[in-house]
Amino acid sequence: MKIPSSTRRNFTAGLLGSASFWMYGGHKVWADALQSESAQSYNPKYFNHEEWLFLNAACARIFPADAHGPDAALLGAPEFIDRQMDTPYGHGELWYMSGPFKEGAPNLGYQLSLPPRDLYRQAIAAANAYVRDHHQGQTFAQLAIPEQIALLKVFEQGKMALGAVPAHTFFEQLRQNTLEGVFSDPLYGGNKGLAGWTLLGFPGARADFMDWVNQKGAPYPFGPVSISGETA
Amino acid sequence: MCAKKVDAIVIGAGWAGSILAKELTEAGLSVVMLERGDERATAVEGDYPSSIDELRGAIRHRLFQNLSQSTVTIRNTLDQEALPYRRLAAFLPGEGVGGAGLHWSGVHFRVAPDDLALRTNVVARYGKNFIPEGMNLQDYGVTYEELEPFFDKAEKVFGTSGEPYTIKGKIAGNGNRFAPDRSDVFPLPAMGEVYSASLFRSAAANVGYHPYALPAANASAQYTNPYGVQMGPCNFCGYCSGYDCYMYSKASPNVNILPALRQDPKFTLITKAHVLKVNLDADKKKATGVSYLDLRTKKQVELDADLVIISAFQFHNVHLMLLSGIGQPYDPQQNTGTVGRNFVYQTITTSRAWLSPKQYTNLFVGAGGAGVAIDDFNSMNFDHGPLGFVGGSPVWVNQAGVKPIAAATGGPGGKAPTWGEGYKEAMVDTYRHSLTIDAHGSNMAYRDVYLDLDPTYSNAYGQPLLRMTFNWKDNDIRMNQYVVGKIEPIIKAMGATKYSLGMLKDGEVFDTRRYQTTHLGGGAIMGTDPKTSCVNRYLQSWDVSNVFVIGASAFPQGMGYNPTGMVAALAYWAAYHIRTTYLKNPGPMVQA
Ligand SMILES: Cc1cc2nc3c(=O)[nH]c(=O)nc-3n(C[C@H](O)[C@H](O)[C@H](O)COP(=O)(O)OP(=O)(O)OC[C@H]3O[C@@H](n4cnc5c(N)ncnc54)[C@H](O)[C@@H]3O)c2cc1C
Ligand code: SF4
Repeated sequence: MKIPSSTRRNFTAGLLGSASFWMYGGHKVWADALQSESAQSYNPKYFNHEEWLFLNAACARIFPADAHGPDAALLGAPEFIDRQMDTPYGHGELWYMSGPFKEGAPNLGYQLSLPPRDLYRQAIAAANAYVRDHHQGQTFAQLAIPEQIALLKVFEQGKMALGAVPAHTFFEQLRQNTLEGVFSDPLYGGNKGLAGWTLLGFPGARADFMDWVNQKGAPYPFGPVSISGETA
Repeated sequence: MCAKKVDAIVIGAGWAGSILAKELTEAGLSVVMLERGDERATAVEGDYPSSIDELRGAIRHRLFQNLSQSTVTIRNTLDQEALPYRRLAAFLPGEGVGGAGLHWSGVHFRVAPDDLALRTNVVARYGKNFIPEGMNLQDYGVTYEELEPFFDKAEKVFGTSGEPYTIKGKIAGNGNRFAPDRSDVFPLPAMGEVYSASLFRSAAANVGYHPYALPAANASAQYTNPYGVQMGPCNFCGYCSGYDCYMYSKASPNVNILPALRQDPKFTLITKAHVLKVNLDADKKKATGVSYLDLRTKKQVELDADLVIISAFQFHNVHLMLLSGIGQPYDPQQNTGTVGRNFVYQTITTSRAWLSPKQYTNLFVGAGGAGVAIDDFNSMNFDHGPLGFVGGSPVWVNQAGVKPIAAATGGPGGKAPTWGEGYKEAMVDTYRHSLTIDAHGSNMAYRDVYLDLDPTYSNAYGQPLLRMTFNWKDNDIRMNQYVVGKIEPIIKAMGATKYSLGMLKDGEVFDTRRYQTTHLGGGAIMGTDPKTSCVNRYLQSWDVSNVFVIGASAFPQGMGYNPTGMVAALAYWAAYHIRTTYLKNPGPMVQA
């Protein structure tokens, strides 16, 4: 379990007590704070440099910065995904991975032989190759934001394959893992400053609502707390 | 464990297995319970705060079956090739001590008595021709009056919270007026009502329906059950469904039965013991014991017993019967055999209502079994005559505690984007100000919906996987659509600012990628005729009389209610008859 550093404690302590913040006001302050935190930047263990740039850009498009707060890259979703790649999940050990592998109707579910880490590797390489071909040698991360969004929409619609991976399958993997990174306990590297939970109004590991079963529609008054005791 | 022979072997340490093991040791038998998964103790596995972790829990399957070892294959139609269910999604079977009974939610129903004799009732009311071609409508072969003492017993063991309607024929509370008569009160008063449930209660009443508090195996107060084990009061932490309960408030085999059972020297629990098959004698009329794989030593072990209880969860029960050669496998072409026949599920669709920005539904507050429901459109509580379908659905607000990853990946609902621009705005509105209403309904049995062994895929131990042939059918789709139509006026009466109705579409195929329920049923159904049922009314195999098959596998139809209350009552019912009749004179209790 990760013990919050004293810097982090000061940082969150500064935000605590601001009720308007909990109701997601004042996000500028917060985005700045997060930005400075992520300055001590994370070195990916699994993804190579080009993959890492792709992931950072894609996460930020899926969960963008807006009036409601910072984007998923700032919240640590790429770090989260990188760390997941070396878990049983990343290695496909939670899935039935015996052959034969055959294509089937979409409603019968995932039928590829690729665990998540291989899926990312193949699909990102294929996506960047596709971008290079169509955008004068640029990579996905080098494209302008509207172009990145347009491309993600093409992937989402799934009219193409990225290597062995149908684009839609890759997009769903990316969307799922990005949102996991934003909304899981900060233990796993995402949800920095508990910003994901704060956005929704989810109080994290409080897990005791004896006095709050029915307050006739009033908002829950306390901000989130993480498993390690971090608050926001 | 050195004995080579014991009185009884129980396969699986879930609800059904724990009940049978408790009853059989009480009867003086030596019992070995074999569980393929790990030992699970709430104090270790389910402690606070480490169990309050959505990623490790429901998302990465801390308590669920590990599909890498074994799964099922699924196809929709007979002419399709079945493909493996590679990632958990539509249903979430358990593994480890407690089974799915450790990570269930806790909605704890009895049964709608009409459902027990559904064929007889439908024919009596609407005539034989009302039953669509290809539907295998059947009776259970047991009545509510016969089962009542066992429903009562199960509720007392589970510490169930609820409000009665009638007790011994007299009105005793404001509970479900469609619920059958009770012999006693619920052990605990009904659970508190979250805001969304209380809105549903008044809106449903305004529309003229009959709302009631869901019976919940979540303890509304401190409780000590007949086995002397204690439960603490539920604090609505919201971590029932998919999790264990750090408060010891949700009933589980681990909390409510096993602490008492483990103290009995006649009882032995062996974990990491994957049963490969039940061993039969030469003429396949008697079981001699089981073969299991010790997953620690990787060695196969033979264990003999006079009595074998298959209680490994609905589809695992059927799988074990097929692997062991107990009974005749069902053949949908010839319409012969019974093992795998009448495989059923449940229909479930979710509708959503958004309230004003001033109304916070605090979706993270909740308990798995708590909520408010109506039964006006369940079972045979309404006139099916003009509607032309069989079955029905309870409708409810069952706010079980919505966690952020599940909410975020599920999306804001309606027509809102599931990522990118506009996503957060919509997601915040949905998470803070919406509520959901489910139509949780029946699913009938059909001649071409069944279970058998897959011809291609195998598990980690070299055995063929179980194959599911399953699809939604017109009868059940129309039932769902009709009941969902009845939700709309409730939503309007709530003063919703907008809403979306979730319903099955005409011709909709079963989608394995979307969580529905883990309420699978049938495949080893009970009945009075060995040509159309696998087990008799005491859940004893017609073919191998010292094998009993306990679980939702016995249900001839998928009912509108959640199954576990019925599973537990059937387990106590079977155990009672084993104790009082079978053990005195082992052999078939009903002549075929
Ligand atoms: C998320 C979720 C929520 C649910 N909510 C509700 C609810 O609110 N209300 C309700 O009524 N029901 C609910 N259910 C369903 C409920 O969990 C089941 O009905 C119940 O647990 C069935 O009991 P069982 O004893 O038949 O099977 P289980 O409790 O699953 O136990 C079966 C055990 O057998 C073991 N096993 C299987 N195969 C073998 C083998 N070959 N060798 C050795 N051991 C084996 C398994 O590992 C497992 O431990 C829910 C289920 C899930 C997943
Ligand atoms: S909601 Fe209640 S019963 Fe469910 S896990 Fe939390 S404390 Fe236990």
